[in-house]
Amino acid sequence: MRQLRRLVKKMTKALLLVGVGGQGTILASKILSEGLVRQGYDVKMSEIHGMAQRGGSVTTQIKFGEKVSSPIIGLAEADVIVAFEKVEAVRCLPYLKEEGTLVVNDHEIYPLPVLTGQEQYPADVLAFLQKQVKKCKVLNANHIAAELGNTKAQNIVLLGAVIKALGLEELDWVEILKKYLPPKLHQLNIKALESGLSL
Amino acid sequence: MKQLLTGNEAITRGAYEAGCTVAAAYPGTPSTEILENMAGYKEIYAEWSPNEKVALEVASGAAIAGARALAAMKHVGLNVAADPLFTMAYEGVNGGLVIITADDPGTHSSQNEQDNRYYAPHAKVLMLEPADSQECKDYTKVAFALSEQFDTPVLLRVSTRVCHSKSLVELEEREEVGVKEYCKNVKKYAMTPAHAKVRHVLVEEKLARLREYSNNSPLNKIEWGKKKIGIITSGISYQYAREVFGGKVSYLKLGLTYPLPERLIKEFAQAVGQVMIIEENDPYLETYVKSLGIECQGKELIPICGELNPGIIRQAFFPEEQKQNSCVAEATLKIPSRPPVLCAGCPHRGLFYALSKLKDVVVSGDIGCYTLGLVPPLGVTDTVICMGASISAGIGFEKAFQQGEVKKKVFSCIGDSTFFHSGITGLIDAVYNKSKLSIIILDNRITAMTGHQENPGTGKTLQGEDAPVIDIEQLVRAVGVKEENIRVIDPYNLAETEGAVRDASLAEELFVIITKRPCALIKEVRRARSGFYCSIDAEKCKKCKACLRVGCPALALKGEQVFIDPEMCNGCGLCQQVCKFEAITKVGEEND
Repeated sequence: MRQLRRLVKKMTKALLLVGVGGQGTILASKILSEGLVRQGYDVKMSEIHGMAQRGGSVTTQIKFGEKVSSPIIGLAEADVIVAFEKVEAVRCLPYLKEEGTLVVNDHEIYPLPVLTGQEQYPADVLAFLQKQVKKCKVLNANHIAAELGNTKAQNIVLLGAVIKALGLEELDWVEILKKYLPPKLHQLNIKALESGLSL
Repeated sequence: MKQLLTGNEAITRGAYEAGCTVAAAYPGTPSTEILENMAGYKEIYAEWSPNEKVALEVASGAAIAGARALAAMKHVGLNVAADPLFTMAYEGVNGGLVIITADDPGTHSSQNEQDNRYYAPHAKVLMLEPADSQECKDYTKVAFALSEQFDTPVLLRVSTRVCHSKSLVELEEREEVGVKEYCKNVKKYAMTPAHAKVRHVLVEEKLARLREYSNNSPLNKIEWGKKKIGIITSGISYQYAREVFGGKVSYLKLGLTYPLPERLIKEFAQAVGQVMIIEENDPYLETYVKSLGIECQGKELIPICGELNPGIIRQAFFPEEQKQNSCVAEATLKIPSRPPVLCAGCPHRGLFYALSKLKDVVVSGDIGCYTLGLVPPLGVTDTVICMGASISAGIGFEKAFQQGEVKKKVFSCIGDSTFFHSGITGLIDAVYNKSKLSIIILDNRITAMTGHQENPGTGKTLQGEDAPVIDIEQLVRAVGVKEENIRVIDPYNLAETEGAVRDASLAEELFVIITKRPCALIKEVRRARSGFYCSIDAEKCKKCKACLRVGCPALALKGEQVFIDPEMCNGCGLCQQVCKFEAITKVGEEND
């Protein structure tokens, strides 16, 4: 296992977090990046914010390895994609390597053209994703977070699932989590992280 | 331990470590966080200025006074600040003066894709281009030192990917340089025509020295690899080239990109087989390299338009190479687009909804969240040019319609922060030249688009301390808009909003509406309205879908029935006021 991890460390890994503005993708990326730095990786993280994020698609790109040059991830270059929303998973699928892993939140956020009835939200997104991606992991982070007391913790549930997918469980994630969240949210989010890790 | 910082955070840190004591900016993506982060360093006086010209002039004055000073702005902001930039090149500095220009290749959040590297030769100022966060910090420090050494403002040119990417940075201690002594010197600091004639000669002499320096600067360096291909590059493009070619080529990585290092470029070109230029947007490096008589390839392969990435370079250089497989086979699922929208509870929505009911109107728009007034189903905005242009271009529209005897009413829509930025001069023009324009100032008491920065109307400084509030209504009155032609309204009140817009559309004189309601995303507003939402009574609902025409993302059509997401809704009540069948009710109440 240790040998495997050393091998991984030499190669640059690319991770894409996608969702809709307001879902907390950026916070999840920050926590994850800090953990990767603590693991001794060279890390680059790129995010775009501004006009397009008013209810639009949000993407955060994380690359880590021994030495990272470009902070951005090209087509068919992502090892792991974490989609906080189903349609966003489909939108970014061209960025996933053939053998890459997709972690997808079984959650729908309707864009305005769907809300007003001009466009359709496809009914069979999960089936499509499972057919296209060999390593596709579906979870309902909103549902889990809701049971823990607040749907807003969905991002941390997903973070837990990604940490597991990357095999980084041994790090003290709780400590990093506490650094980025106010004390009153610690308990909820630690539980959310644990649920994500156990999926 | 090294820290993971964005390019913007690293620039701020660099300014801090360099002993910078004065910094000013107007918010603009992707540069905003540079000044936001300054608030965390008590050693630096940092301010939000009403616009970039003011910011650069504040920094210029501070630098002449002896402080190390910084002004930060997005690329189009430098257009606004170009006036002081060009003359500061003549005046030079006392304390170092560093100007950050944050370009936006790919127009992620901008109205154009201009390449601000051309400002350096045009204004005759030194330019540095960092390629990652460590360089952002290091180059900012070098910039202050070079500014003082060569008595010139220094342009630090970054781009969205450099500003908003995080990479590891080694932190160092602050160097306390204090504020240098100021000595009156009108021949240097008072740019009359007589003084400018003399200073221009000095500027050219300085540039000659800088050209020589550029050849020897450690910021311009050759990284030898195989010599068949030699790549000349700078900034983020260097990272992309590295990603694609690794050690298979040689690189001339340019960190000091004006003046460009003539001798070094010639040396490099002679040592390699073929010279390739990899740069984002315009052929800035390529034009120079070609001017030296060096054969090279650049824009034949790399497009001018759009943001560069390693994939584009790979495709350009190795078109025959098999593309890596991705997970998508031919069968793709048709998915809906996700355009940006005004948020649920956005106070701008009511105003645009009211405007959308009018016929024969033209709406001159501006830069801010309310640019989204052009998105369907509201879709009222006709034009967007630049900060402040809503009012001035609106005047032009109205005068042209008069000349052409076109019967259309012209409205201008401008936000509070943009009004302070450059709308006030337009308003003065409208009064002075008797425009019959109707101006709507959408005051949401924050600079919302760039992520909630304070402005002269919010009553808070960059550091969150109390500040005097510039009262827009008083200002409008003071410049001479007639009392009977001013309406101050709550855009959550649809009847009031529609009434004001109707009055404006019938007015034969300059008319001003000020909508007052804070942005729905402001923390205090969210807290106050957290228990507040609207709900649809399915039995009363006639399924007319009129409520969907307000374009609110909290309202969803499922089958034939409209639902309201109580999590997203903040109970603004616009949909309730649109419903003719009283099927929508407000639930909960505002917290104190």
